[in-house]
Amino acid sequence: MKKTLLALSLGLGLAVSGAAQAKTLVFCSEGSPEGFNPSLYSAGTTFDASSQTIFNRLVQFEPGSTKVVPGLAESWTASADGLEYTFNLRKGVKYHTTKDFTPTRDFNADDILFTFNRMWKEDHPYHDVSGGDYKYFGWMSMGDLLKSIEKVDDYTVKFTLNYAEAPFVSNMAMDFASVLSAEYGDELAAAGNKADIDHKPVGTGPFVFKSYQKDAMIRYTAHDDYWNGRSNIDKLVFAITTDANVRYQKLKAGECHVMPYPNPADVAAMDKDPDINLLRQEGLNVGYLAFNTEKPPFDQKLVRQALNMAIDKQSILDVVFKGAGSIAKNPIPPTIWSYNDDVKDYDYNPEKAKAMLAEAGVSGLKTNIWAMPVQRPYNPNARRMAELIQADWAKVGVEAEIVTFEWGEYLKRSKNGEHDTVLLGWTGDNGDPDNFMYVLLGCDAAKDGGNRARWCNKEFDSTLREAKQVTDQAERTALYEHAQVIFKEEAPWVTIAHSVVFKPVRKEVTGFKVHPLGSHIFYDGVDLK
Amino acid sequence: MFKFFFKRLLVLVPVFFGVTLVAFGFIRALPGDPIEVLAGERGVSPERHAELMAQLGLDKPLWQQYLSYVGDVLQGDLGTSLITNRPVAEEFFELFPATAELAICAMLFAIIIGIPAGIVAAVKRGTLVDQGIMSLSLAGYSMPIFWWGLLLIILFSNTLNLTPVSGRLSFLFEVEPVTGFMLIDSLLSDEKGAFKSALHHLVLPTIVLGTIPLAVIARQTRSAMLEVLSEDYVRTAKAKGLSPLRVISVHALRNAMITVVTVIGLQVAVLLAGAILTETIFSWPGIGKWIIFSVFSRDYYAVQGGLLLIAACVMVVNLIVDLLYGLINPRIVH
Repeated sequence: MKKTLLALSLGLGLAVSGAAQAKTLVFCSEGSPEGFNPSLYSAGTTFDASSQTIFNRLVQFEPGSTKVVPGLAESWTASADGLEYTFNLRKGVKYHTTKDFTPTRDFNADDILFTFNRMWKEDHPYHDVSGGDYKYFGWMSMGDLLKSIEKVDDYTVKFTLNYAEAPFVSNMAMDFASVLSAEYGDELAAAGNKADIDHKPVGTGPFVFKSYQKDAMIRYTAHDDYWNGRSNIDKLVFAITTDANVRYQKLKAGECHVMPYPNPADVAAMDKDPDINLLRQEGLNVGYLAFNTEKPPFDQKLVRQALNMAIDKQSILDVVFKGAGSIAKNPIPPTIWSYNDDVKDYDYNPEKAKAMLAEAGVSGLKTNIWAMPVQRPYNPNARRMAELIQADWAKVGVEAEIVTFEWGEYLKRSKNGEHDTVLLGWTGDNGDPDNFMYVLLGCDAAKDGGNRARWCNKEFDSTLREAKQVTDQAERTALYEHAQVIFKEEAPWVTIAHSVVFKPVRKEVTGFKVHPLGSHIFYDGVDLK
Repeated sequence: MFKFFFKRLLVLVPVFFGVTLVAFGFIRALPGDPIEVLAGERGVSPERHAELMAQLGLDKPLWQQYLSYVGDVLQGDLGTSLITNRPVAEEFFELFPATAELAICAMLFAIIIGIPAGIVAAVKRGTLVDQGIMSLSLAGYSMPIFWWGLLLIILFSNTLNLTPVSGRLSFLFEVEPVTGFMLIDSLLSDEKGAFKSALHHLVLPTIVLGTIPLAVIARQTRSAMLEVLSEDYVRTAKAKGLSPLRVISVHALRNAMITVVTVIGLQVAVLLAGAILTETIFSWPGIGKWIIFSVFSRDYYAVQGGLLLIAACVMVVNLIVDLLYGLINPRIVH
């Protein structure tokens, strides 16, 4: 028995290391996808398993960056007023042939209309299929933004917007905008199996969906006729492994090649492992403490600045992030264009903070710090972080009580503004600065609660609104840089940290890049030695 | 026998309402609703929230929601998962065979080792052997499953390279699910080596899940055997000059089995609870992991349906145990 087991495990190891004829890459994914249509769902597991493998979008993010590059659209133009976007579609793009579907035509404008109208038009025959809740389409306010989508000809599509929105092109690169097949949709509708479109996916992407066993495995094969060249990987397997310790053991044993989200405690050992390449990149996120600026004394800029100065961020980084993070000084991470590196952060200076609080007439302040009950990349241990802030503030005479709630309740209450100060954070969706600053700090967000500081600064808000209207990147950059200066001066938040994302991959994997938006991409140069 | 079945069926009525009420109440007692949990930091506008709640029927008073849920269940509809939009029953029965397979193997492991160990401990009462077995069973009973699983993975999978780390089958094999039981499906498939791989993958999860029931069965077998061994009829059997093996296996063990079978029946619930952790460690695609994920994501219908079906499994097993009593001791007549 022992010999058999040994032989089997050796056989397995050899196969994983690429000795088998077909190159099979195994990714130890962290969970099951919710489904296989990225427009309906919001989890990273779904995006990895669908949009990044099976589908393409009109435009796409370049692997390893947030730069928007052509996808199913070869090129695009924007009108001078920023209200019309015309996409010129790629010709000769083939859809996957699966056991359920054989395409008879190439991708064309009808597929774009089918994809977007399904999400947008309530009377579309597919709108209500699989629940009809198109999360990111709603979150990115696409329903309000779109005025019309027209098919100019088979290979030209024009989007007309209700108002100028410069991040629109970045939105088109997001996972939710993955393009489905209208022909497959028609075939399923005729057969009365509409829901299959979301569970038996057909796309134009680099990998063809083969099979899925919930909580166990997803299998793909390379798309031989992929418009951008066949993948180097012949077979792609997602071995669903929810526990980070076990993912690491599998990686070590050669049962998978790439794993996401390692335990921070394992990172040092991974770094030393000769079989593993530990890739790292600053995450597209920010962890912050927001002051409720509607409640005194946090309505005073001086108090907010003083409490910024009273926090020793380096200690937080050392204790909470254990080195896997960098100090944040702006509300956007440094990986986003328009990051203003000239902004100077508040120095840790308890004495000055005390003096400033006295100047503001604040003494014996009693307040609360809300600590999230969940772990997030931008805040791996909110309770510990809150304790450190509590101790720092005690040194300047501020007594803070730590408050926490269950996650749903926490979000609801903080949205309603019940907090004095609240720990929270954000992970970017589309690599556009608007997706951080307008969503988290704009005046509209102050009204609906997404802006936890409930801070509405006219100059800041109008700068952001202006940046939405112009399509010139240089002009937008200047506006966002200016907005960051206002933000720092006004100090509605204590910007705490950006996490560092670690991605351990086995040495035999080449060309794999850490994607700032969190996706795992096994195409574009990824290979096995 | 028929009367017995009828009585048991009658008991199912209050149990059904009890389980549905507890499951319904439990998931709703947790703060936060599925829409908020799903939206996370992004949030959802109050209008959209209300719209989605209405769409899911979660805007109605609780009693109405409960009655409509029970009505649907009685018509065989357990609802649709709020996360995957798939019918709950379909998801459950897709995952259940994995849990059942693991639970059966773990139970067999516990019985095959636990009963002989208990008998030996009872027969060798007070000796080092007895103390050794009982100490090991105490250690097994107290073993934190998660720690035990990781320890075995590090030892057997990474250090000794004897077993795979996790999963049900190597990715090298593509086995179509027929019964959902990997051992059977791999035998039915054309893939050579798939059965061995499936067996190979079962080793560690079986040990981890079977450890606690093994410890309990060993201890209970020992105490039941000790009680029986001091009975007059055992002394009589010994006095008649029967071999010790015959005395133990025919006279003592059969009478001790009533207690042991009861304990085994009760261990089914323990196994299902243990499956949650074991399945997480070994990436085993079963219902334990599914239920936990559903609780975290406030997938109301998945939690309600899952708990109801698990309760049904436990009831079926208990019924089988009751019937076994009659086989073991013919004096027990239903």
